[in-house]
Amino acid sequence: MDRVPILKIGQTLFVSIQIDLQDESVMLLQEDLADELSATGARGVIIDITAVEIVDSFIGRMLTMIGSISRLFDAETVIVGMRPAVAITLTELGLSLSGVRTALNAEKGLEILNGKA
Amino acid sequence: MDAGGSRERMADYLRDHHDKVVGRWTELVVVGMRGRTSVEEVRRELGDLFTLIVRVLTKADDHAAGELQASLDELSRSRARDGFTPSETALGVFSLKEAVYELVADSADLVPEFLAFSRMIDDLGLRTFEAYSAAREQIISDQMTTMMELSTPVVQLWDGIIAVPLVGTLDSARTQLVMEKLLDTLVATGADHAVIDITGVATVDTEVAQHLLKTVSAARLLGAECTISGIRPQVAQTIVSLGIEFGDIATKANLADALALALRQAGLKVVPA
Repeated sequence: MDRVPILKIGQTLFVSIQIDLQDESVMLLQEDLADELSATGARGVIIDITAVEIVDSFIGRMLTMIGSISRLFDAETVIVGMRPAVAITLTELGLSLSGVRTALNAEKGLEILNGKA
Repeated sequence: MDAGGSRERMADYLRDHHDKVVGRWTELVVVGMRGRTSVEEVRRELGDLFTLIVRVLTKADDHAAGELQASLDELSRSRARDGFTPSETALGVFSLKEAVYELVADSADLVPEFLAFSRMIDDLGLRTFEAYSAAREQIISDQMTTMMELSTPVVQLWDGIIAVPLVGTLDSARTQLVMEKLLDTLVATGADHAVIDITGVATVDTEVAQHLLKTVSAARLLGAECTISGIRPQVAQTIVSLGIEFGDIATKANLADALALALRQAGLKVVPA
């Protein structure tokens, strides 16, 4: 089973999704993330989806759920690196990813979490 | 009489009367053109065509038929571009029949040859027609593409602030194009503010508003903040009476206000120099 690695940088957890997400790997990611948030007390989560080319409502829901989980640990979630085509698809699906913030790239995502933007 | 022989005889006959036929053909065509092309130009074009037709009739080489079709296509295309009607274009070919007929009318023994020749000219005329309409369709689709490209410029107002001035009507196809261009520019320039200016949009109904909202939420997914500017008084009234809600999307009366807002959000301040 493919596992998505979670990196801790300072007070931020960094997740870069580079595989085709299946139901099980998403469940694993949510569990791992919850464990990590509780263990480290991180204040922010950055999810990099630069490598994600195809999205469906399932992935949209997953992103929203990760946002909700993080908020329970008082951490803010920022989705970074979304491709234009992915953004259009999510909009057409009527998903606006409420509860999570978005940024153009990881750098801007970090700025948001650090309160610079 | 076999067909091959009759074609040969016709070809010989035409070759012998080359100058006379081309001269008369040119006269007939020039009358129909009403001075839109010079006589020398027409004579040269028709002379080339005539030589090719004779070559096809003699079956001297295999390339002649292809060359004839290619030059007919080219002729029809240029006629289509110059604004001639399809009938004028096809008549240009058909008048060759008239020119030849005037010559062979006296010699009764050439009637079967003339009939075969006439059938060939008919086919060529139809081909002209097809090439003409294909050229016209090409022109129309080229213009559509140009219009689409020209109609959706994305301009950079400031470092990190881009604007999309929309002009005309917003339908699904254009919204899609605008959205793609806006998002691509956001990624390419790393901008985090976008202003959608709808000063040039004639009417805003629920559909247009829906399209705008979609564009804004797609831009937000990339992490960019969107402002809609250029809302004219009538448009504002329409939006309110239709009950359209722009939610938390900032709207401004003009582009200047939207730029000021974007600058403020970016933490920039304009001061007198």
